[in-house]
Amino acid sequence: MLRPLRAMFQPQDCPDLMVGIGCLDDAAVYRLDSERALIFTTDFFTPVVDDPYDYGAIAAANALSDVYAMGGAPLLALNLAAFPARLPAEILGQVLMGMADMVKQAGAVVAGGHTIQDEEPKVGLCVAGMVHPDKLLTKGGVQPGDQLVLTKPLGTGLITTAAKMDLADREDVDEAIQWMRRLNRAAGKTAADLDLRGGTDVTGFGLLGHAWEMAEASRVTLKVFFEAVPFMNGVVRYADQGLFPGGTASNYTAYSKRIHFAEYLNEDQKMLLFDAQTSGGLLLAVPQEKMGEFSNMMEFHGEKCWIIGEAVGREAGIQVI
Amino acid sequence: MNQTPESLLVDARGLSCPQPAILTRQAISQAAGRVLEILVDAIAQRDNVIRVAVKEGWSAVPEETADGRIRIRLTK
Repeated sequence: MLRPLRAMFQPQDCPDLMVGIGCLDDAAVYRLDSERALIFTTDFFTPVVDDPYDYGAIAAANALSDVYAMGGAPLLALNLAAFPARLPAEILGQVLMGMADMVKQAGAVVAGGHTIQDEEPKVGLCVAGMVHPDKLLTKGGVQPGDQLVLTKPLGTGLITTAAKMDLADREDVDEAIQWMRRLNRAAGKTAADLDLRGGTDVTGFGLLGHAWEMAEASRVTLKVFFEAVPFMNGVVRYADQGLFPGGTASNYTAYSKRIHFAEYLNEDQKMLLFDAQTSGGLLLAVPQEKMGEFSNMMEFHGEKCWIIGEAVGREAGIQVI
Repeated sequence: MNQTPESLLVDARGLSCPQPAILTRQAISQAAGRVLEILVDAIAQRDNVIRVAVKEGWSAVPEETADGRIRIRLTK
């Protein structure tokens, strides 16, 4: 879809654009001077949960995540909202409050925004952040030998879909909401402090969709250990009931042929790795010699992380064992 | 769901995942020896239906219909 635009905006005409539509990543990056680069990103979506405050908080955490996934820190945000006239204004107020609280928690500021009327609600943020131009975290920065680390468990696609159909346990939904509301701030800061180079966040394309983007951009083979991948409570049961959302099914259809799965993995297990995530964790490539320090720093921040695989070779590919 | 003596038709066209898969599971539980035919209109839905059916021990054969939709024939 963006191909015609690439011809209009040639790299030589915008030499300070470090990441744009010519080399898509989690956000656009524009070099301001030798010390600073601007990270610029936006994301919005339809409701994933019932509670308006939670919906706003999740939408904000999700949008802010793109800045962390580029190795930066958010500076300011603009609200984007489409909202039906038939719903009371207080509901939108709660959504915006959820977003604002997360922006504040991220150490950034809400500086404005725009709301339009629409049948189905949609909210999100446009976020500007800052990073040192030499310290970008990109999909293309993975090196063979790096450990593959995930900072949130998988399953929000299955759980929110089960919840929409009234088939989910309340505790499972609450757990998923807590994970989705969690900022990737500590993970992003740890990645920046340790000078990591390879990373992205896990969202709509699922773990393996985003891992594939990294494998392709970095030209490495990623080996994923299924048993090491963390899942939220209830997820395996919802998978067994066939409650995978459309996004997960599309991911599977789009990517599964490019991925080499061990024969003992069943279809549900493969699908789980494609589950479309909302506000998922960071997927980071950590050089082996930094792994201990990475785990310690995450623990210090009160955050979890899981080593789910490693980069093993110089050919773009994914093996799941 | 329309019924004929020997087959059970589930029209899941226009439905997004996981609805077709859920309807397929329901139909399987009510099949009582009949063949099932599931109609869907996209590949992701097709794959989801086949996955659910195969897991329940059924065999699935998809075919494209004249109007570009997908008919999946499920047999035990």
